[in-house]
Amino acid sequence: MRNQQILFYSKLLGSHEHPQVTEEVSEFKATMNINQAKRTDAKVIINDLNFYYGRHHALKSVSMNILEKKITAFIGPSGCGKSTLLRTLNRMYQLYPSQVARGEIMVDGANILDKKHDINMLRAKMGMVFQKPTPFPMSIFDNVIFGVKLYESLNRSESMERVEWALRKAALWEEVKDKLNQSGMSLSGGQQQRLCIARTIAVKPEVVLLDEPTSALDPISTAHIEELIFQLKQDYTIVIVTHNMQQAARVSDFTAYMYLGKLVEFGETDTIFTTPSEKATEDYITGKFG
Amino acid sequence: MIPIYTRRRMINALHLTFSILAMIFGLFWLFWILLVLIGKGLDGISVALFTEMTPAPGNTGGLLNAIIGSLMMVILATLIGTPVGILAGTYLAEFGQHGWLASVTRFINDILLSAPSIVIGLFVYTVYVARVGHFSGWAGALALSMIVIPVVVRTTEDMLRLIPDSLREAAAALGAPPWKVVTLVTWRASEVGILTGVLLAIARISGETAPLLFTALNNQFWTMDMNQPMANLPVVIFQFAMSPYESWQELAWAGALLITLSVLGLNIIARFFLRKNKLST
Repeated sequence: MRNQQILFYSKLLGSHEHPQVTEEVSEFKATMNINQAKRTDAKVIINDLNFYYGRHHALKSVSMNILEKKITAFIGPSGCGKSTLLRTLNRMYQLYPSQVARGEIMVDGANILDKKHDINMLRAKMGMVFQKPTPFPMSIFDNVIFGVKLYESLNRSESMERVEWALRKAALWEEVKDKLNQSGMSLSGGQQQRLCIARTIAVKPEVVLLDEPTSALDPISTAHIEELIFQLKQDYTIVIVTHNMQQAARVSDFTAYMYLGKLVEFGETDTIFTTPSEKATEDYITGKFG
Repeated sequence: MIPIYTRRRMINALHLTFSILAMIFGLFWLFWILLVLIGKGLDGISVALFTEMTPAPGNTGGLLNAIIGSLMMVILATLIGTPVGILAGTYLAEFGQHGWLASVTRFINDILLSAPSIVIGLFVYTVYVARVGHFSGWAGALALSMIVIPVVVRTTEDMLRLIPDSLREAAAALGAPPWKVVTLVTWRASEVGILTGVLLAIARISGETAPLLFTALNNQFWTMDMNQPMANLPVVIFQFAMSPYESWQELAWAGALLITLSVLGLNIIARFFLRKNKLST
């Protein structure tokens, strides 16, 4: 009761202090990890992950578990490292030689940060959708089949089937079924983003990584895509980075709050949004900070 | 005291006037050149121009061997220079951002780009013509291709750099290895720009005289043998225009008009493609 009162007053007065990551946090994280490591449904286990942009230390000893067929959201202010964390999961950072990741990310029992781990197979397994829609300069059909053709040899009718399946999954089929030969660039922004989701799903990945997928879209397209994400949960493990707290609350099962490269709090979304155990998380969620 | 708004309007008008005057000054000479060229060259345009060989002094004839020779060497030079240029430009834009090799290559390429073409002619003369012992169409094509390469390298690199990294990341995220990202996505996204660069390079070499003077030289007779000295429009124009014979001078004018019109045509095609590119994105 007394704690609640203090919380209330501190909210009222506002705190100008930057949230500090205390010892308790790492303890908390430790317990989270131990609890979750025992769970067999962890798809991705991140262990003591550090990330560097040249000299800049962008992720500081992040450890967490991402559960299979659940939606995990990363939230936090700009520059907190949430997109960086996402980009380590498919080793996207490796396109840029100055970026280095140290630590361990176990996917299906193998450390994907291991140099020997086949990067292209990894990326086929961990699909990614970006902030801005990025249709390739080719037809809608070719856009969807692009990734599939890299690893499977399908005949014409099988390709057609796969394209329809992916476009239906991405809730775009009805809108484009008569113009599959048109350029992917001719679609609207929201449609382009769904095309990119279809393209990602067509490869049949196991994990779908979404990097602020709706930040460039209008509210109606956003609603479409959120609904889509929710449906995809049945088949895929989903990780979503978002600036939008309501979005995290709406779609995710688990939420990680990050600040200054550290994982401040991680747990079930309901808990994080109603009774966060960290003051810093609460400040961010209630809009006091960030 | 003039109000600031009036002053700005005056300065604006002044600048606009000077800009327009400068443009008129530039265009005036250009149009004059074109007018003289059309006036003097049009008389020489006839069927014989495209069917007969270059004549002996005082006789009438055409430019057929020179046209064919120019076409063969320009086409061959483009076939040599384009793949080398595109591949090198691709390396600079897609793979070499982080090493020293790319920056050195880019620097040398920029020098080549602005090197006087006569230097290239002399270079090919020294390393090829002097060793083989005779002028040839091969040497001419080689010299021209060395002018094509830096142009294509530069435009390819510039066009590929316009492609946002997000497109490359999107392709890589689907598991595409780097060579597939380049061939299937970034080349496709910039194909119009790269093609425009090639067309501009062709326009550039079709009028070059200096590199051919020391390599292909000239040939008064019909030949398709690239191992022989070869007739070509720029050198024929150079030779005929300097001569005292009127029939030769007329052919020189006609040849000059022919080159100008084909370069103009190529530029219009290049612009047309570029415009289509801009509209589609």
